[in-house]
Amino acid sequence: MVEIPPQLLNRWQGKIYRGVREIKGSLMVIDGIEPVGYEEIVRIMSADGVERLGRVLEAGRGFAIVQVLGEEEGLEATNVYVHFTGSTFKIKVSEDVLGRIFNGRYEPIDGLPPILSGEERDVNGSPINPYARVYPHEFIQTGISIIDVMFSLIRGQKLPIFSQSGLPHDAIAAQIARQATIPGEEEEFAIVFGGVGLRSTEAEYFIEEFRRSGALERSVVVLNLASDPPVERLLTPRIALTIAEYLAFDLNMHVLVILIDMTNYCEALREMSTARGEVPGRGGYPGYMYSDLASIYERAGIVKGRSGSITIMPILTMPGGDLRPPIPDTTGYITEGQIILSTELNAKGIYPPVDVLPSLSRLMRSGVGAGKTREDHKAVADQLYDAYARGVKARDLASIVGEVGLSQRMRRYLKFADAFEEKFINQDAYEERSIDESLDLAWEVLSLIPEDELVRIPRSLISKYHPKYRRGASREH
Amino acid sequence: MRKGVIDLIRGPVVIGSGVPDIQLGEVVEVGEERLLGEVVEVERERFIVQVYESTSGVKPGEPIYPTGKRLVAELGPGLLSSIFDGLERPLKTLYELSGPFIGRGLRVNALDRHRKWHFRPLVKRGEEVSGGDVIGLVQETSVIEHRVMVPPDLRGRVAEVWEGDFTVEDVVAVIERGERRYELRLMQEWPVRLPRPYREKLPPEVPLITGQRVIDTFFPVAKGGAVCIPGGFGTGKTMTLHKISMRSDADVVIYVGCGERGNEMSELLTEFPRLTDPRTGRPLMERSILIANTSNMPVLAREASVYLGITIAEYYRDQGYNVLMIADSSSRWAEAIREVATRLEEMPVEEGFPAYLPDRLAELYERAGRVVALGRPEREGSATVIAAVSPPGGDFNEPVTVHTLRFVGAMWALDPELAYRRHFPAINWLKSFSQYAAAVEKWWEEKFPGFSKYRRRALRLLTVASEIEAIANIVGEGMLPDDQRLILLASEVLREGYLRQVALEGEDFFCRPEKQYLMLKTMMDFYDKAYMLIRHGVPVDELVALREVYELMRVKEDERGLEAVKEAAARLNEALEKLAEKHGVKLGGSSG
Repeated sequence: MVEIPPQLLNRWQGKIYRGVREIKGSLMVIDGIEPVGYEEIVRIMSADGVERLGRVLEAGRGFAIVQVLGEEEGLEATNVYVHFTGSTFKIKVSEDVLGRIFNGRYEPIDGLPPILSGEERDVNGSPINPYARVYPHEFIQTGISIIDVMFSLIRGQKLPIFSQSGLPHDAIAAQIARQATIPGEEEEFAIVFGGVGLRSTEAEYFIEEFRRSGALERSVVVLNLASDPPVERLLTPRIALTIAEYLAFDLNMHVLVILIDMTNYCEALREMSTARGEVPGRGGYPGYMYSDLASIYERAGIVKGRSGSITIMPILTMPGGDLRPPIPDTTGYITEGQIILSTELNAKGIYPPVDVLPSLSRLMRSGVGAGKTREDHKAVADQLYDAYARGVKARDLASIVGEVGLSQRMRRYLKFADAFEEKFINQDAYEERSIDESLDLAWEVLSLIPEDELVRIPRSLISKYHPKYRRGASREH
Repeated sequence: MRKGVIDLIRGPVVIGSGVPDIQLGEVVEVGEERLLGEVVEVERERFIVQVYESTSGVKPGEPIYPTGKRLVAELGPGLLSSIFDGLERPLKTLYELSGPFIGRGLRVNALDRHRKWHFRPLVKRGEEVSGGDVIGLVQETSVIEHRVMVPPDLRGRVAEVWEGDFTVEDVVAVIERGERRYELRLMQEWPVRLPRPYREKLPPEVPLITGQRVIDTFFPVAKGGAVCIPGGFGTGKTMTLHKISMRSDADVVIYVGCGERGNEMSELLTEFPRLTDPRTGRPLMERSILIANTSNMPVLAREASVYLGITIAEYYRDQGYNVLMIADSSSRWAEAIREVATRLEEMPVEEGFPAYLPDRLAELYERAGRVVALGRPEREGSATVIAAVSPPGGDFNEPVTVHTLRFVGAMWALDPELAYRRHFPAINWLKSFSQYAAAVEKWWEEKFPGFSKYRRRALRLLTVASEIEAIANIVGEGMLPDDQRLILLASEVLREGYLRQVALEGEDFFCRPEKQYLMLKTMMDFYDKAYMLIRHGVPVDELVALREVYELMRVKEDERGLEAVKEAAARLNEALEKLAEKHGVKLGGSSG
């Protein structure tokens, strides 16, 4: 047996191996070992005295291929000690996680001690039995008109924001974290924030925002910075969701999980896949990226017998704003809708610059309407959407043929689109509008269109909510 | 006892050795936790297993237990109203065993072993029976009578048969053939990867009525047909499939949620017991079977789930029912096939998919069909397959879509532009096709003479309108001649008033064929009359301004159904007559 430094013998219980067969990038082939489990966590100590973690990717007779988490530089094949922990990646969770800040290995970075007691959970979680799911149906009021009226967020939903660098997705995420409530309920959301490959200024912005609004004490921050090892990006969202599951399904809290920027996650996934020499799929991303992302996002939901919930709002940046490349495309197939931000609206000074036409909330219809928000909600959203689509089309056309080439009807929709953007979408980052206020505002802009053409709203609702009838005075359009 | 050992674990793929007589396709239990797997490759010294559960923590050296069985489906009374995972484990039972999260290594029977069913024999002792013969009946749910059949490969004389209350495992009849005796039970097994036999395949000719106008009128699916519905995310695949699963006129519906969202399955689970089937007045669940293998559940069980679904579909088809199987999404199924191929280090051909992808797709869609079943009494049944395809980037030029199109008879092409306008179902009328349209034309014409003429004219109008629109997008609508602007108006009436059908409840959730016909006729008659007016110099703006035209666009949702359509037609006619009178034009009567 090789000589093992005594300090290691104290720290690592059990068998310790010295030297490995091969190191290639972040992969390590270790032979001459007793059987180890697939996905088992490995502790690695190099000559420089730094301890790293690794994970078994392939387990064979007498050998294992291990993926090193953390910086692989400085590792040598002979002068390295390896210890197999006998279990997969698990973390301890308890109520004490609230108000805390961790890195992508679940080590505290807020100067406070690590969480040592509590429930031990595998960060990969287990799939929710579809039979055990409760279909999400409760409207979350974000106080942002365009989201609440047209792309409502529902408790238990996974609704991403597709953004681009330079757009105010940080401010929107912070606003939602600050303002999210269920109308008629006192309880505030617990926030689990997973920062993936974040720049430190961005990380500081969020922590500062949470601190200022008092949200920090009901928040947990898991932070993997851009300067941290990419492999840990794969763990960060899983740690965040393991915490969220504990808060939601053990402590019965309503949890809002914000994951930003999932593009960095996908890049890390591609990097790891390439290192493993796997057959690349579209854009070099692995073919299993869909299933891998699903194993994260599908952890959102509500289950029978527990009163808590997990709502996930991932944020990802799309280079060039194109929806078709693998990252936004794969995400869109998994999530329950998408809120897309537009550089054009941003340039016009509209906040939040939501690109209305391609945005969608799939669960909206289950959470809005009579008894939930207001009876006219669905029809109004539908009509706004239709009218805005016509307005945008008219605007495109006007840029070719000039406004004079438009029919009178088209010109009216053009006017509507302008008003919709300036009065309805546009609001302040610290302005909170109730759903009633937002819907009334929607009627204001809809009244620019002749009543007969509001074909997506039943007559009975028009006569109840149209400003013309509400004011009791007749008006020409 | 045969027992092997694990040599290597690479994700869901495990390499084992020590069982020289192991067979391809044999089901094995892997590791101490006895995870379910299937042998996918056999070599002299070793074999490869695809494991249907997470292999996290499994070690080399752990045992592998062969079962001697292939991957089979349990078939018998009790399938209806159930929800299974891809391996036919009832999810409700798993929930009772392991709570809201699915544990590993749980082994439960598909069919309840304790529940008793009343069996009424239809054959007598001494009668000769052979494969497919119906030997008796069990009332499985209030809407479906389960016809208990002799397994396809059996033949002989009935030695014993009993009436009474039995569990699925009890013997209900004994068949003798020479010296051999076979015991028949309410339950039988069938290997999921093997198509069930039938006597004869028949051409599809009766439409499956979905109640969706764009489908039934323009791109119909016949009972026994195979359809794909490709579309990028957000184009409403699942939504359309949900609607079809709820209201189509199939006798039995099998919904396979394959690698898709958990909340969507939960929606069906919530809705099906609550919604009633208007044809029977009973909860939809009584005619439905759900198979859920959501995207976060083990990938390889997705592969099994589609075969399980089609096997159950064939089983009810053989009983003489019209069965609809919906697979959402076949792309996720194909990805599971790719996953195994990759882990086996097979040569990828297109986008990482193995060369045999088209064969697998062909095998699946070939299992759809209208057939004469084996055995007596003579009966006809059908299995219709409708599968969603999720092309990456919404680009139909990718392997799964391209190969699927070779094996299906219809495509409902979903269009993001329509979806962006909240025009659902977002089925593009220029890109979709249905080879069944000709086959079901006779059915429509017999009931609604003239239907096919209206259908063809409407399709042409929509096509011409899209060409005119392309011009209008350059020069502006105002610059177009009146007859072209009328075509745009008429196509808007068709799009908004006919093709767009977004209701999730109420009158317009399901549109009966007679209403489809009357609406189509009304809209095309409007176009004909308006065209006459324009020809005689009536300005199109006066037609655009008619309130009755917009009424026609919303008449679909009027709760009074056919009556409302008739009234709207009459009011519109009146308005047109008035216009005619004003301009001194003579219109013909309200001809059809």
